[in-house]
Amino acid sequence: MKRERPRLRDRMSKPRGGFAGFRSRLRSRGKLDDETWDELEETLLLADVGAPMTAMLLEQVKARAAAEKVRDADALPALLEEAIAEALHAGADRSLRRAASGPSAWVLVGVNGVGKTTTIAKLAAREVDDGRRVLLAAADTFRAAAADQLVHWAERLGVEIVRAQEGADPGSVAFDALEASVSRGVDVVLVDTAGRLHTKTNLMEELKKVLRIVERTPGALQEVLLVLDATTGQNGLTQARQFTEAAGVTGVVLTKLDGTAKGGIVLAIEAELGVPVKLVGLGEAAEDLVDFDPAEFAAALVGADEANEETG
Amino acid sequence: MFDALSDRFDGIFKKLRGKGKLSDADVDAVAREIRLALLEADVHVAVVKRFVSEIKERAVGEEVTKSLTPGQQVIKIVHDELVAVLGGATGKLKGGSATPTVVMLAGLQGSGKTTVAAKLARHLEKEGKRVLLVAADLQRPAAVEQLRVLGERAGVPVFSEATDPVAVARAGVEEARRLGRNVVVLDTAGRIQIDADLMDELARMRDAVKPDDALLVLDAMTGQEAVNVAQTFAATLPLTGVVLTKLDGDARGGAALSLKEVTGLPIVFAGTGEKLDAFEAFHPDRMASRILGMGDVLTLIEKAEETFDVEQAARTEEKMRKGEFTLEDFLEQMQQMKKMGPIQNIIGMLPGMPKELRDAEIDEGELGRVEAIIRSMTPAERRDTHLINGSRRARIAAGSGRTTAQVNAVLKQFAGVQKMMKQLTKGGKKGRRGMQMPGMPGLS
Ligand SMILES: Nc1nc2c(ncn2[C@@H]2O[C@H](COP(=O)(O)OP(=O)(O)O)[C@@H](O)[C@H]2O)c(=O)[nH]1
Ligand SMILES: [Mg+2]
Repeated sequence: MKRERPRLRDRMSKPRGGFAGFRSRLRSRGKLDDETWDELEETLLLADVGAPMTAMLLEQVKARAAAEKVRDADALPALLEEAIAEALHAGADRSLRRAASGPSAWVLVGVNGVGKTTTIAKLAAREVDDGRRVLLAAADTFRAAAADQLVHWAERLGVEIVRAQEGADPGSVAFDALEASVSRGVDVVLVDTAGRLHTKTNLMEELKKVLRIVERTPGALQEVLLVLDATTGQNGLTQARQFTEAAGVTGVVLTKLDGTAKGGIVLAIEAELGVPVKLVGLGEAAEDLVDFDPAEFAAALVGADEANEETG
Repeated sequence: MFDALSDRFDGIFKKLRGKGKLSDADVDAVAREIRLALLEADVHVAVVKRFVSEIKERAVGEEVTKSLTPGQQVIKIVHDELVAVLGGATGKLKGGSATPTVVMLAGLQGSGKTTVAAKLARHLEKEGKRVLLVAADLQRPAAVEQLRVLGERAGVPVFSEATDPVAVARAGVEEARRLGRNVVVLDTAGRIQIDADLMDELARMRDAVKPDDALLVLDAMTGQEAVNVAQTFAATLPLTGVVLTKLDGDARGGAALSLKEVTGLPIVFAGTGEKLDAFEAFHPDRMASRILGMGDVLTLIEKAEETFDVEQAARTEEKMRKGEFTLEDFLEQMQQMKKMGPIQNIIGMLPGMPKELRDAEIDEGELGRVEAIIRSMTPAERRDTHLINGSRRARIAAGSGRTTAQVNAVLKQFAGVQKMMKQLTKGGKKGRRGMQMPGMPGLS
């Protein structure tokens, strides 16, 4: 039985002072002047898009507005949406990769508290719904009760789990999990890892070791997913850079978009690193995970939905 | 912490150094750079605006003509302004007269509440309080279990029961009274501030326990959202302060600048690592110095005081300053640093430490091996490494069970450190940018 999934545009809220406010302010302003551009800039900055990316988007929108001889501020959101979707490599492949044969291992990485373990549970629920056999690897052996948290999910979802004592070598958990997956005919192994700040060299080395162990099963390592909290500001780009360099990140999971945060930093991440956002977390329940859709995300950022509701 | 912001300011001020006077154009250029640096640091857009206009006003004004160089002048202005925004006073819990006093923690999911609860409990115990930890996060799987493990590690009892969060909170305070504990630290489930049901639950907990302190736990990596979060939580809880977590990363912590300014809430504590003792009182003035790359000598000395004598700390610091730091001092330092908590945090407090060193990860095992090598040297050799010729190297290697190459590596690294210290402290920050950072023993 499939779980009902939420929709990005329903969960991603449009707070006062955000893009939605921007839209209505634009409408009342009418003409395009310096203040309009300032407002556009401020709105992007408030969504954590970051100064360099904001400047780039503004340039593009300005150029397009000039080329199309736009005089009405009301036309800006559509142009902005377009520019955002483009920055997001609209056509990129965002599907999760699977091994041709044998288990597919997806390893979740990221800083502390971003939602790695919860995302594992959500992914497991999804795979089980699709009729696949799933095994969880509790390779966060560091944080107190981290394995208990995952065991709880495994029981709730009825999936297999490999765990070890707190303080055990995370590599050996990964090893056991891969071995069990091969012998039991598991389709997807979801490897949970301890949260680590990207600045801690020895912890990043430890992560590399875990990945090397997963790679020992030929063809198994299919995804290294960086979990990123949508409330993260500019540090998100640094995180993405460091994790990509150390762990070869293949995709981003943007969590906690059910709040008022916009997660604008993913624009810079995709533009600079070319790592696609693949999934979005919209809550704490097992079904609160959806595929990332650039157009929908851009629309939610710009608040176009709300405008449609108002006018139509 | 806040590395990049201070690095950025360093870059800006370097351009100003050597100029006699600040022109309007200079000030504009600086203002632009400061604006970008602050935005990159996640300072709230509204705060950036105010901050930059204040700087401009003060910089173009009469103060520029004082005895300081223009660079120093702007540093001082920015520093003063940072202190003003960060808040003037040293943070402390508000506390109350009833027993037990209740400290309630709240915040977004994943901000670090449970770890802060244990750290705070331990901190208070160190101050002589008798704490009861109350686990009222019944939402996240195994959150109660996590607090139980941490409580055990901190040597603080933990109370919980499988009822509901409000009942747990109320019963927890009762339990503290019964056990004669004088402070309750209440951990709550993470919640997103727009979740009306969960915010209502928070309000009911507030009414049930009437907290003396309600602390918002906020991740230092939070972006523009920080102010929103603080304002919404403040509307539900009588917040008395903020705990900023994960400051051991390289997040520039602009949230720290924004929060006090926009919400009036002081930042009371800072979390600086995953270990339970990586927890400090937040000192706005020192933090401002730190943002500007002036180091945090005060905190360093205070930490040192807790574990060993001040005079020695001052002596060591003096030696570092004069470039007379020897391997013997280094050995002594290693012993004392071990007692002072994670070495990483201490390095962050040293003045003028380059970003590379502040970010470097310290392998304590490797430090032990370095220690063995230094211990195999004679005191004279430790004071003057030039004495160590080939045969002495072989002897030291044999004595420490390491290879000659490893002994050489330590000596080479140490020479680099010595040179760096001299450069950093003598020549101000001159030459810092272009300089290759030599690895310090035990740093990878
Ligand atoms: N609102 C919301 N909370 C989330 C989401 N994903 C994770 N969380 C919560 O964030 C907190 C930390 O999650 P966890 O999976 O333990 O993070 P980890 O440390 O990265 O493994 C938990 O309280 C989760 O319930 C999301 O998409 N939305
Ligand atoms: Mg986890």
